[in-house]
Amino acid sequence: MLGVTVRRLAAALPTLVGVVIVTFLLTRALPGDPAAYFAGPAATQQAIAEIRAKLGLDQPLPVQFLDYVQDLLRGDLGLSITTGQPVLHELTTRLPASAELTLLGLLFAGSVGITLGVLAALKQNSWLDNLCRVVATLGVSLPTFFTGLLLIYVFYYLLGWAPAPLGRLDAFASPPPHVTGFYLIDSLLAGDLETFRSALAQIVLPAITLGIFAVAPIARITRGSMLAVMGSDFIRAARGHGLSGRTVVVAYALRNALLPVVTTLGMVFSFLLGANVLVEKVFAWPGIGSYAVEALIASDYAPVQGFVMTMGVLYVLLNLMIDLLYQVIDPRVRLEA
Amino acid sequence: MSAAATLDAAKIGPHARVPVLDVRDLSVEFRTRSGLVRALEQVSLAVHRGECVGVVGESGSGKSVTAYAVMRLLDAAGRVTAGDVRFSGIDLLAASDADIADLRGREMSMIFQNPRAALNPIRPVGRQIADVLIRHGGVTRDQAPDRAVQLLAEVGIPDPRRRAHAYPFELSGGMCQRIGIALALACRPALLIADEPTTGLDVTTQAVIMDLVTTLARERGMATVLITHDLGLATEYCDRIVVMHAGHVVESAPTAEIFATPRHPYTAKLIAATPRPGVPLSGLVSIPGNLPDLRATNLAPCRFLARCDRAHADCAVPPLLRQEEEGRMVACRHPL
Ligand SMILES: Nc1ncnc2c1ncn2[C@@H]1O[C@H](COP(=O)(O)OP(=O)(O)OP(=O)(O)O)[C@@H](O)[C@H]1O
Ligand SMILES: [Mg+2]
Repeated sequence: MLGVTVRRLAAALPTLVGVVIVTFLLTRALPGDPAAYFAGPAATQQAIAEIRAKLGLDQPLPVQFLDYVQDLLRGDLGLSITTGQPVLHELTTRLPASAELTLLGLLFAGSVGITLGVLAALKQNSWLDNLCRVVATLGVSLPTFFTGLLLIYVFYYLLGWAPAPLGRLDAFASPPPHVTGFYLIDSLLAGDLETFRSALAQIVLPAITLGIFAVAPIARITRGSMLAVMGSDFIRAARGHGLSGRTVVVAYALRNALLPVVTTLGMVFSFLLGANVLVEKVFAWPGIGSYAVEALIASDYAPVQGFVMTMGVLYVLLNLMIDLLYQVIDPRVRLEA
Repeated sequence: MSAAATLDAAKIGPHARVPVLDVRDLSVEFRTRSGLVRALEQVSLAVHRGECVGVVGESGSGKSVTAYAVMRLLDAAGRVTAGDVRFSGIDLLAASDADIADLRGREMSMIFQNPRAALNPIRPVGRQIADVLIRHGGVTRDQAPDRAVQLLAEVGIPDPRRRAHAYPFELSGGMCQRIGIALALACRPALLIADEPTTGLDVTTQAVIMDLVTTLARERGMATVLITHDLGLATEYCDRIVVMHAGHVVESAPTAEIFATPRHPYTAKLIAATPRPGVPLSGLVSIPGNLPDLRATNLAPCRFLARCDRAHADCAVPPLLRQEEEGRMVACRHPL
């Protein structure tokens, strides 16, 4: 397993190099002059030129790139021009908020999607199957920000069940002591149920908004693969040996049916990472997505670069995790590796 | 009366000659997009304790469908439209799903065609055997793995303790076939349906597997249905032979008689096409034509009619005549 991990990581290196090059070029290609922004509206031409020289922006691109790579290797993602803080620090403090939201969204999408897909396959053409089809279509066709606003309108404004969509905790609660950075986990570790409840109330709507649009692909793939597996020889044989319905469905059919689902989880997760940006904006979530959007508006290169880098790294790590998960489930892959 | 109680009564009761499996006039249809497939029509066969009955016929003649119908394992598209299936007196078609599930694997078992595909690809084979043992009781969860290893040894798998942890893709076709046999025989059933247990195996392995099945069957007095397209194999191991063609049983008779005096033209052609001692391979005659399309609405009463060189005008007149005498049956108006 360890050997495989190392090999997969090595195979991911070119991807990471690509991410570094693309982020560098992308931010240089963006409109806006950071030197002018940094110098302020009243600055003279000369002041701007000095700042440009100080930031190294007057150097030719290859030189700038080498500087950039050297900084990266030292773990230096630069300073945010707007906040004056090191980008690495800001990203690491904000990352847990995004990660908690995305993972919960994925958990929601996975559990609802897989359940719906399995039920739809077992009761083909029943009302459940039709519901599954409707959810699949709706989930894909509604834009994420719209789902978010709709949920806020219904559950906060109309029903008053959800708290105001203003971040990770309500105004009166204070964050739990930092262990993992996930409020849900840290509050439980601290035994602080009050904070846990507050954090949970805040995260439910954004997590559902994020996850709902991944329910559809997961449910559809689960249904299809479950149907295929239920019709296969070994399921007939399992029933033929008298195994109970539950063993057949869960231990025999579902585990096999999950193989293609796990593969799509990787794709779904990268969708979620992208959708995160919008959801964080709608729910005032203090994650790296909203951080990147603000920096982008301010022509603040370094945070945007850092954000894209983080996404690239997350994506690579995630695919690695999915590879490993796949190997746990499917012995045939283990042998090949 | 519960299925189990009926079973005990049938086993020890005075009706010692109640067949273990008695199929009468079984008809099965499949509803498909392209029409109704009349896969079986009035199929009858009986198997007694300790007896081995061969079901022979070319590909598509309905052998597997017969087995699935008996085991109540037909696809959702398949439906039994008529007939009666009794296992030691129990009406299998009327029994509840729960009763059937209790009987399957414990009292009546099946070795499935295509052994590798019939195994769960991502579960160690020992676990799969243990699943069946645990399901039917008799062993605890702790004992099951050891008992599974023991069963693997019984079907002649070398190094069974290590092989129990293997996945199907790590085993050869012959090994998978043995696993299938171990699964089917795990609970010492009264009836074994073996669907092509030796296809795809080399001749040596084929003989070893067949000897294994028949030895175990004899030892335990098990009733066996051997499904095969290989008439030679059936003659070697079976007491009786049932010949199927396009969803009909065209002839059934004791093995020696069917070989000496085949009465249905299809049986005669099948024998002529089977390699046997004293006949050079060039002397074998293949059977002309193909099976009729079972979706056709105007199927002739005799489904062999279009391929038969003895066809008379009255062969196209329904119904299909099934003549029975002295333990033999032939479905032909003009038998040989
Ligand atoms: N699910 C199904 N839907 C439609 N038709 C089916 C289905 N299953 C079987 N049949 C039809 O039933 C007929 C008999 O098939 P069966 O599998 O019993 O043949 P077989 O004698 O076992 O052949 P083989 O030697 O190839 O295993 C075939 O004509 C087949 O097309
Ligand atoms: Mg078959």
